Amino acid sequence: MTFAKKTLTASIAIAAAMAVSTANADISDGEVRIGYLADMSGTYRDLAGPGGQTALEMAVADFGGSVNGAPIVVFSADDRNSADVGANTVREWIDQRNVDMVAGLVASSVTIAVTRVLEENNGLGIVSGSAASSVTNEHCTPNHVHWVYDTYPLANGTARAVVEQGGDSWFLLTADYAFGHALEADVIKVVEENGGEIVGNVRHPFPTSDFSSYILQAQGSGAQIVGLANAGSDTVNAITTASQFGLTQSGQQLAGLLVFLNDIHALGLDATQNLLLTTGWYWDMDDESREWAERYYEQVGRMPTMVQAGIYSSTMHYLKAVEAAGTDDPETVRAKMAEEPINDFFARNGRIREDGRMVHDMYLAQVKKPEASTGEWDLYEILSTIPAEEAYRPLSESQCKLVQN
Amino acid sequence: MTMIFGVPLAVFMGQLTLGLVNGAFYALLSLGLAVIFGLLKIVNFAHGAQYMLGAFAALLGFRYLGINYWLALVLVPLVVGGLGMLMERFLLRRIAHLDHLYGLLLTFGLALIFEGTLVNFFGVSGARYATPEVLQGGLNLGFMFLPTYRAWVLVAALSMCLFTWFMIERTRLGAYLRAGTENSQLMQAFGVNVPLLITLTYGFGVGLAAFAGVLAAPLYPVSPTMGSSLLIVVFAVVVIGGMGSILGAIVTGLSMGVIEGLTKVYYPEASNTVIFLVMILVLMLRPSGLFGKEA
Repeated sequence: MTFAKKTLTASIAIAAAMAVSTANADISDGEVRIGYLADMSGTYRDLAGPGGQTALEMAVADFGGSVNGAPIVVFSADDRNSADVGANTVREWIDQRNVDMVAGLVASSVTIAVTRVLEENNGLGIVSGSAASSVTNEHCTPNHVHWVYDTYPLANGTARAVVEQGGDSWFLLTADYAFGHALEADVIKVVEENGGEIVGNVRHPFPTSDFSSYILQAQGSGAQIVGLANAGSDTVNAITTASQFGLTQSGQQLAGLLVFLNDIHALGLDATQNLLLTTGWYWDMDDESREWAERYYEQVGRMPTMVQAGIYSSTMHYLKAVEAAGTDDPETVRAKMAEEPINDFFARNGRIREDGRMVHDMYLAQVKKPEASTGEWDLYEILSTIPAEEAYRPLSESQCKLVQN
Repeated sequence: MTMIFGVPLAVFMGQLTLGLVNGAFYALLSLGLAVIFGLLKIVNFAHGAQYMLGAFAALLGFRYLGINYWLALVLVPLVVGGLGMLMERFLLRRIAHLDHLYGLLLTFGLALIFEGTLVNFFGVSGARYATPEVLQGGLNLGFMFLPTYRAWVLVAALSMCLFTWFMIERTRLGAYLRAGTENSQLMQAFGVNVPLLITLTYGFGVGLAAFAGVLAAPLYPVSPTMGSSLLIVVFAVVVIGGMGSILGAIVTGLSMGVIEGLTKVYYPEASNTVIFLVMILVLMLRPSGLFGKEA
């Protein structure tokens, strides 16, 4: 090798090394640190929980395990659905471990507490599990993004579609607390705006195990649609009881306003057939989704919920933004994430709005009849797509401080 | 259409029927508590957990050992009741001479341990237990569609209540039991093994809770926390009926089920609290309960 060639090679090597080190210099501590906070043991375990962590780790592995040469490190913790535990964990992550991004975030109460900590400490959070639309409305911050779904499209999607399909007389079964009331108000608004009618309404104490009395009232009301403005075990109990009392067999239809794949799987198709619901994603909706879901299934042994898929999608988008921005500085990354539209196996026509809401196409689905299902996880049929821009609360109605109205 | 206070007669009758079904549950559970308190003076705070253990035993027995519903209905109360006897023999007996409060604390602690252990292994979402085939479907009563299983629950729970009442109030064994708790030294002098009698009674009360648990398994998701919410209501029923009154527990259980059922029609928001309102009223007007002996 001649002297000139040697010099050239050496200088290229040095330049390359410098390039790597400058990239690394902007990644704090030389590592991209992600904290996964979720309910790992309680009511919401199955919809996010350990499966969500697997999805996140899949995203990290698919990304190559490092960003611009800086390794990606994942921490995780159980928030036990307690706002205090969640907020303290995140404070510790930021203070002592310099965590760059917090993922997961399920119970809305935990999320609202954690996003406050993130705002005070200039962190970054991606909310995948929470339902409350207030997370990007009155509780919005510049330091978090809400990814998968919220109560607005749940009401707007399911209720509107049901009325349009001719289900214009409704009986509402509402959990008697803030979340249920909000959902109920949204549903009544949507039903009445679309020419439907609310013929009856019961607010049941939260939580309730015996729904027989309410189901009987729903049957007596003569309404075509029985809407469930509740969640979790209340929804599961209500659906079980409705099936015992032959509600759907006698011609009435259930509309689940917040139902996850794991709920339907646990309840079985006999009890849930024909249930209408809104979902942000379904594993069997197209080839891309199926391909990812099969990979997930191999690791976890269950099909992913929309929340678990959303965790993968949002982590991937975050890592790409860190790579493109060359830094893990929250503000820069948050801005970069908003610049890029999101179109992957999970989100179609996705974009992050100024209030932090990631809007994307939502889907109206119906639970299959047992005879139409070809496998353990063949549970939904997608009926229609709700376009991203129609699904979520319009910015003109936003109370978020980041939105100029 | 005939209306009762603005509610169609058919709906009213339906709610009455469902109230009776739920009331039968309350009766069965409060009966176990009343037997244990009335005869042994133990405030059994583990009753809810023992009910939950009954449902879990039925679920796990079916899943891992293939024990069917009917067999579970017999075996589970025996197994859980046996566990209760061990609790009485090795734990409760040691503090029997102390204030009732200690028994309450001990049983409450045990309930927390049972629940916590099961949450650790099974989570809280709950599992489904299939309704036995013969009891699937429903009966058309004219005014409502009553699932057969609920009709069966009403019959089974009431039969068990009557059987228990008969055993304690009308048989020689029951007489021994009542005498043993009244004056145990005298009974022992007559050659009756009173400590054994007490262990058996506690086991029987626990067995009743487990029996209710098996009955509940096909109705509600089987989860480790299913007993804790019910326990408070059942205690209120016992207080209304009169602590320790067997007949009081049965009658009050049924009537509270009906009152709660009707509240669900007229003002559903209050359906969780109505029993406690009745309890406050009863305590104010008749502190020893509707069927209790005046202290």
